[in-house]
Amino acid sequence: MQIPMRNKLQNPGILHRIENFLPKLVVIPTIAVAAVFIYGFIGWTTYISFTDSRLLPKYELVGFHQYVRLFTNFNLFPPESRWSVAVVNLLIFSVLFIVLCIIIGLLLAIFLDQRIRGEGFFRTIYLYPMALSFIVTGAAWRWILNPDLGIERLIQQLGFGDFTFRWLVDSNMAIYTIVIAAVWQSSGFVLALFLAGLRGIDDSIIKAAKVDGASLPRIYLRIVIPSLRPVFLSAVIILLHISIKSFDLVMVLTRGGPGFSTDMPATFMYAFAFNRGSLAFGAASAVIMFLAVMAIIIPYLYSELRGTRNAR
Amino acid sequence: MKFLKGALIVLVACMFFFCEGAGGPGEVEVLHWWTSGGEAAAVAVLKEMLEEEGHTWKDFAVAGGGGDQAMTVLKSRAVAGNPPAAAQVKGPQIQLWGDEGVLTNLDDVAQAEKWDELVPKVVADIMKYQGHWVAVPVNVHRINWMWCNPEVFKKAGAKIPTTWAEFEDACKKIQAAGMIPVAWGGQPWQEATVFEIIVAGVGGTDFYKKALVDADPAALNSPTMVEVLKTFKMIKQYTDPGAPGRDWNLATAMVIKGEAGMQFMGDWAKGEFTAAGKVPNTDYVAAVAPGTSKQFIFNIDSFIMFKVQAKNEAAQKAMARLILQPKFQEVFNINKGSIPVRMGMPEGPFDAPARLAMKDFSETSKTGGLIPSMAHEMAVMPAIRGAIMDVVTNFYNSDLSAEDAAAQLADAVKAAK
Repeated sequence: MQIPMRNKLQNPGILHRIENFLPKLVVIPTIAVAAVFIYGFIGWTTYISFTDSRLLPKYELVGFHQYVRLFTNFNLFPPESRWSVAVVNLLIFSVLFIVLCIIIGLLLAIFLDQRIRGEGFFRTIYLYPMALSFIVTGAAWRWILNPDLGIERLIQQLGFGDFTFRWLVDSNMAIYTIVIAAVWQSSGFVLALFLAGLRGIDDSIIKAAKVDGASLPRIYLRIVIPSLRPVFLSAVIILLHISIKSFDLVMVLTRGGPGFSTDMPATFMYAFAFNRGSLAFGAASAVIMFLAVMAIIIPYLYSELRGTRNAR
Repeated sequence: MKFLKGALIVLVACMFFFCEGAGGPGEVEVLHWWTSGGEAAAVAVLKEMLEEEGHTWKDFAVAGGGGDQAMTVLKSRAVAGNPPAAAQVKGPQIQLWGDEGVLTNLDDVAQAEKWDELVPKVVADIMKYQGHWVAVPVNVHRINWMWCNPEVFKKAGAKIPTTWAEFEDACKKIQAAGMIPVAWGGQPWQEATVFEIIVAGVGGTDFYKKALVDADPAALNSPTMVEVLKTFKMIKQYTDPGAPGRDWNLATAMVIKGEAGMQFMGDWAKGEFTAAGKVPNTDYVAAVAPGTSKQFIFNIDSFIMFKVQAKNEAAQKAMARLILQPKFQEVFNINKGSIPVRMGMPEGPFDAPARLAMKDFSETSKTGGLIPSMAHEMAVMPAIRGAIMDVVTNFYNSDLSAEDAAAQLADAVKAAK
């Protein structure tokens, strides 16, 4: 058995060599692009954040000056500086957006999982918002929530003259209108994730529980939902990065207003780096955002990689 | 034959030589964001005039974002060492570009054309970097206008106000008659526009200069500023709930349609009235905002000129010269709805609001009432403007007291300096 093997290795064909070399060749451009456009620019932004760049980049270091500016008057409850407003908004938005998306997505998935008639029809309807961009969602909800055009006017015309619904133009409530629009857009996607998870659960376990006399809610609470744990994890990670990146929806729905009451770190960074000629200050806020994402992603990657190692 | 051939070669060589030389025709690349109908027509005039002199105009229009996009492009071109010949940059940002050491010196054109006599000193100072001309002003917009619908005032039995007390009185009457007194666009720059009008109207010219030009913290946190802020917030009750986020032209449309009585906006609002077929002083009245009849808050567009290759210098200087020529000033500003920055132009071809603005422009340039606009990036550096606008818009849209807002104004400006 061993002799023919050795013969083969002694005369490695050219095809064999290409086979070895090709995968590396194919990934090299990707690695090079990622090195420059992701890691290179992360490094550059970090460097700029330690300078006093205003209109154009300058390369003399000034230490932590921009970070000190960013965190002067930093007070979360109640928020004072514009940066603290942005941070609080991100917290409110992320928590509500993730929790609501998961609750609504899970409930819809469980309902659809009851083998109802026309499941495909409903699933398509729930998934459609995901096919729209946040720009379209934002524009549509801006009209729906506008007191002069949308819900308020509609209900007043139906005869309820005292009805008011003015969250969009109320600086204390406007952030919640962004939550509404974002949940409407993304909960269908969470539904799809959970539905796939539900379909993956072994029927025999559920049947066994039924034989043991467990009620349907009990089966879901004790068996089905706990076994969806990995789906929860991926849903949270995906929703979290959508919420930290949230920029387009805010720009279209409220433009950060009224005032700057719906500013998010991403819109804050854009305003300072590109509209106000404070490149270094904007870079500092971008670095803080980057660190926040890292604080979430690194433990996640760590647990994922450890999982695969154990599996081997 | 041989002689002819030789002569031809010499001739061609000469032509090439002259083309390359500094005196011959060249090319100017112009970065601007005048892309909408009237504006594009206005720019085309300059292009034609330049082409008549044998130069080539390379259009570099970047639409969108009120110039934000164009600035991003300009920055990347400048960093790459390949800036256009001219770019639409205004106000204190000219100084920032001057600091970068990329601007060319236009003193020879300015002296030959006597720019210092044609343009008010306040304006000239903005166009100079360390005493040298580096930019050319194009047009003047007046900010402190109040656009009124006389029909609304008539129905409500009110008269067009000239003081802030009269203003509040008129608002009450219009509101009682079931109409919206003030058409409000709830975007930070529009709120800042009204704010600076009130700073001028309530605080006066000297206070305006201290607070919004020198950004003096003592003036920003003063009893006068508290009074200004209270007047500013008073307007809120006379606006409609749909105001937040509204674009300025939609607010103007409310005045045109007679849904609202008045709007505070610069003279570009006139374009909306004209487009709707309205006639000044019959269908609409362009009144100077209450308390600011002796003031002229200006917003001036200008081109900064970058250092270019020697062969294109002549074309660039020709463009600078042509911009302040009476012909361009007249045609451009009629199309754009602004007034000429060159003083002493004939009023004939302009409409009634523009004539009033031209008269006030030359008068206030003598009395000192000619003041740069903070909201439109003429008065302070972008970082300070941003800090002031943040506090103003936050004050308008929250329950913050006027006293606290004045204190925050001073703090924010100190932090941004």
